[in-house]
Amino acid sequence: MGVIENRFGPNIIVTTVDKAINWARKCSLWPLGFGLACCAIEMISTGASRYDLARFGMEVFRASPRQADLMIIAGTVTKKIAPRLRLLYEQMPEKKYVVAMGGCAIAGGPFYDSYSVVKRVDLIVPVDVYIPGCAPRPEALLHGLLKLREKIDRETIARKGN
Amino acid sequence: MSVSVEFLELLWILLPELLPSPLYALARLGVAFVAVMAFIVVMVLFAVWFERKVIGHIQVRIGPLHTGRWHGWAQTIADAIKLFLKEDIIPKGVDRPVYVLAPLVVFVTTVVVYVVIPFSRNLVARDINMGILFVFAVSSIATLGIFMGGWGSNNKYSLLGAMRVAAQIVSYEVPLLLSVLGVFMLAQTLSLNGIVEAQKGLWYVFLQPVGFVIYVIAGIAEVNRLPFDIPEAESELVAGFHTEYSGLRFAFFFLAEYANMFVMSALATVLFLGGWHGPFLPGFVWFILKAFFFMFLMVWLRGTYPRLRVDQMMSFCWKVLLPLAFLNLLVTGLVMSFI
Repeated sequence: MGVIENRFGPNIIVTTVDKAINWARKCSLWPLGFGLACCAIEMISTGASRYDLARFGMEVFRASPRQADLMIIAGTVTKKIAPRLRLLYEQMPEKKYVVAMGGCAIAGGPFYDSYSVVKRVDLIVPVDVYIPGCAPRPEALLHGLLKLREKIDRETIARKGN
Repeated sequence: MSVSVEFLELLWILLPELLPSPLYALARLGVAFVAVMAFIVVMVLFAVWFERKVIGHIQVRIGPLHTGRWHGWAQTIADAIKLFLKEDIIPKGVDRPVYVLAPLVVFVTTVVVYVVIPFSRNLVARDINMGILFVFAVSSIATLGIFMGGWGSNNKYSLLGAMRVAAQIVSYEVPLLLSVLGVFMLAQTLSLNGIVEAQKGLWYVFLQPVGFVIYVIAGIAEVNRLPFDIPEAESELVAGFHTEYSGLRFAFFFLAEYANMFVMSALATVLFLGGWHGPFLPGFVWFILKAFFFMFLMVWLRGTYPRLRVDQMMSFCWKVLLPLAFLNLLVTGLVMSFI
């Protein structure tokens, strides 16, 4: 979108288009089916009947990164999975979002001192929302995803980044 | 809705009187194209939402709730806009023309089938006298499109998925056509409208119960729905033939899949459930209701059955469905020749 970026202020056309685009993006976040460790169990139960991610249109866990919008890094990122994680992130089409779920993904968690664990996942991929907890309960994950929706609401096509 | 449908039907009847014939043919084609495209898009948007809600309730969930105000009705609209806006990735190793063409081939062949579907007595774009043959001939080309997608993607999962699609659809086409043959024998015509007219008294589901069951099973296998969604089994093949497709191209595959589901449902309605026949309501409404009963059946089966294995699926087709279909044909022929 090189024609648009950084050329317009928040005028009525830009904000209206922003509103429509952001609404579509935030209401249709398809997560990548990608679980790393115990946090993945919490992620799965968030998708199941009691907590039901489908209410926000997020139950479409795509197995192919080409069709996913959201990567939930649920668990410990070891040095062995790190290149694959980066590869999967690169394979996702724009606009893509990343949620770091749990202490391990945010800061290594209880395995910080281990020789095989990546200290922070944001060394590998840019993270939009951090959800602390070990493991975060489904309510916490839902809260994080709602925060991500709020963040998407503040995006604009007029500025690059964010 | 029914008033506008009546108006459309009236227009359909009056148009040949109002316009000279070549212009009329062109106008009819244009109107049919716009109407079919609009119908497919609206129907698919509704069907996807409907499926997600029904599946949700089957699994004791709620399903989409917060998108739009009433029960997440706008969910698929948001999905569609998002898919339009997604980055369009064409991977480096793909066979570019084949890769680009594949979703269009699948989608176009699906749209062309809608030309002969009789939504009501007069609401049919072209009632050709071998309609059903046309439907099966054209929808077989969609297999080619799917195979192009799988082959052109240069991805092992896509290729495996495409191989499975080809094997599955070619196998299940045989019992499907054999089960439909019984209906032809009863109706003595290949025209879809003629078949519906012939069911004025009694629906063929009562005369051809075995054929109906075979049709439903083979039809679900034809459109790659659970329990026969082996070509896109996500636990083994990632996403099957459309693994490498993103954004709009994936949306076309998605659209074609649901449009195909409706074609199968509509054909079941035409062949076995009396098409647009029904009391009180206009024919169009009856047709949609009956077709959506089948869509519901497919969603219900998806929520109930696990996925079959490849060998189970193949042996079920060749060892159970095919002999049963031949038997049904034989019995129908014998009964018809003695009565």
